[in-house]
Amino acid sequence: MNIHEYQAKQLLHQYGVAVPSGQPCTTVAEAEIAARNIFGSGHGLVVIKSQIHAGGRGKGTFKSGFKGGVKLARSVEEVVDIAGKMLGQVLVTQQTGPEGRLVQTILVAAAEEIKKEFYLAVLLDRAVSRPLIMASTEGGVEIEEVAHHSPEKIFKEWVDPAVGLMPYQTRKLAASLGLKGDLFNQACKLIAGVYKTWWESDAAMVEINPLCVVGTPSGKDALVAVDAKIGLDDNALYRHPEIVKMRDLAEESPLEVEASKHALNYIKLDGNIACLVNGAGLAMATMDIIQHSGGRPANFLDVGGGASKDQVTAAFRIILSDASVEGIFVNIFGGIMDCNVIATGIVAAVRETGLKLPLVVRLEGNNVAIGKQTLAQSGLTIINGDTMADAALKVVAAVANR
Amino acid sequence: MAILVTPQTKVLVQGITGSFGARHAQLSLEYGTQVVAGVTPGKGGQTFDHKGFSVPIFDTVSEAVRQTGATASALFVPPPFAADAILEGVDAGLELVVAITEGIPVNDMVRVKRAMQGQKTRLIGPNCPGIVTPGDGPHSHGGCRIGIAPGYIHKRGHVGVVSRSGTLTYEAVWQLTCRGVGQSTCVGIGGDPVNGTSHLDVVKLFMADPDTHGIILIGEIGGAAEEEAAEWIAQYGTKPVAGFIAGATAPPGRRMGHAGAIVSGGKGTAQAKIEAFQKAGIGIAQTPSEMADTLLRLMK
Repeated sequence: MNIHEYQAKQLLHQYGVAVPSGQPCTTVAEAEIAARNIFGSGHGLVVIKSQIHAGGRGKGTFKSGFKGGVKLARSVEEVVDIAGKMLGQVLVTQQTGPEGRLVQTILVAAAEEIKKEFYLAVLLDRAVSRPLIMASTEGGVEIEEVAHHSPEKIFKEWVDPAVGLMPYQTRKLAASLGLKGDLFNQACKLIAGVYKTWWESDAAMVEINPLCVVGTPSGKDALVAVDAKIGLDDNALYRHPEIVKMRDLAEESPLEVEASKHALNYIKLDGNIACLVNGAGLAMATMDIIQHSGGRPANFLDVGGGASKDQVTAAFRIILSDASVEGIFVNIFGGIMDCNVIATGIVAAVRETGLKLPLVVRLEGNNVAIGKQTLAQSGLTIINGDTMADAALKVVAAVANR
Repeated sequence: MAILVTPQTKVLVQGITGSFGARHAQLSLEYGTQVVAGVTPGKGGQTFDHKGFSVPIFDTVSEAVRQTGATASALFVPPPFAADAILEGVDAGLELVVAITEGIPVNDMVRVKRAMQGQKTRLIGPNCPGIVTPGDGPHSHGGCRIGIAPGYIHKRGHVGVVSRSGTLTYEAVWQLTCRGVGQSTCVGIGGDPVNGTSHLDVVKLFMADPDTHGIILIGEIGGAAEEEAAEWIAQYGTKPVAGFIAGATAPPGRRMGHAGAIVSGGKGTAQAKIEAFQKAGIGIAQTPSEMADTLLRLMK
């Protein structure tokens, strides 16, 4: 699960990480109050940031024509004007796709004078099964780029989960960023806080990019998380009810939300051949074999190990809600499940949804002969695929011949 | 011979009274697996009865081990309690814990993995279909089945199968069996980002097992475990290996069902894994339909 920038900053703040003072706002009136408070406390510049889960907001364009999902303002009037042009508008960025995302919340925050930009992240290093803290002197750019061109500018500390993050590790990282004196001490505290956020909220990733040294109204430099991104481990959400409340369904594909209600794992892709498969590995492989056979998969859909008739029907309904789907490939290896139960489910689902598109079914496993008989005797136009490869070719051909 | 488990292995089931654990304990008993104990805290002293089998239930794993001599565990405990259950198996001195449970928090597994360092117990999984060493009976009856794989699709023989995915393992096994080719042992290592046993660990066991003559290595996007196995095979491999990687069409940044199946920051792509396989001389199955045939061509 992903959360918005303002929510990530709220979490980080709870764990002692310094973030610019600011306020999430859903109306222009709220934005005006927030701006007054920030300017009133001595700041000369305010940033207004569209809150959507996709990246590339700064360079994005609203469908209204207004440019930039992140803007600076020097007066309350300017904030009010910009807020009005962002709220309720659809922002298109490189990561949103052409449909864009509706901006329902903006973050109005103090924008300090940025003196230096760093990168800081905590993630799982799968190779060693330990948390990894990465820091870099190259902030504000894609870390993959830095890793590619100047890997020596990335500093890493692995955390032993038996003892947790040790203070010396935060000192090593702060020193490697070239920070001295008070900023060095601020960095140690901040890194410890970011790690604590990662560990205690069961995050998959916490990324602060950029982490900045900024000038403040008091004249003292400060280290603050100017942007923040947090992704959570879905498996651990059960023990974080407060984080679950941060879920924004508007940011998720409606079909994917619907699928999750039926315990189906569905991801929409941009092809035209839908697939319905049991098992995640086989579902991926089915997408691959569609492409290998000259077609384009419309989705990933894993109905799980014990797909019931209701689940199969729900799966068909979800697949058919995608207007670009022109054919369906059902690929089931019924190891423990009775293939005839699945076949019966398919027949019922086809009848219930009044399916008109070509349907190719490849069934294998337990009681497969009876299952195939059920499909053949249903009176429905169901194309039988003998093997996965055979079925993939047949569905690609059926769609091409429509 | 086989790897990890043989038809003689004594198995206990952690979470035997839950509906999922019970169902698969029954199927393992029917398959002829030596299921000698169940563990459900608070139900010690009761028995798990099925078709003439009566399996004693214990409150703790160590009690079950002491009383029955079980050396391996099939773990079906729900996610919030799974880390504790795995470490209970380690504490009891089990040789093997096979964690079937899907949905264990990653940080729980990070701690479990750390706690298991230096211990003799091997963990397979979590989020895995388990292990099967087929038996000699009809439909491979009499084998050791730990987990949720369908037993009947197997056949006793000499091909080792290792995979992160359950249904893709069954595909490979069924393709082999349909061609009259049997398996030494089939291992599902699970789809989570932190697991107990890697592709490489299993490949090493297969290479050292005189009963295994060829290997099917099934991988998927995410992480670098397949690359790690390929590098080792390139240097030390002595047996033919066929490989398949799932997820070439998966969009980056999305988790494809398995928690570990994600391409992030350009890492863990199918293409990189296939290239690593090719470099190591592993036969590439272009589609999942060709996994068995690819290996059989190499074994000729």
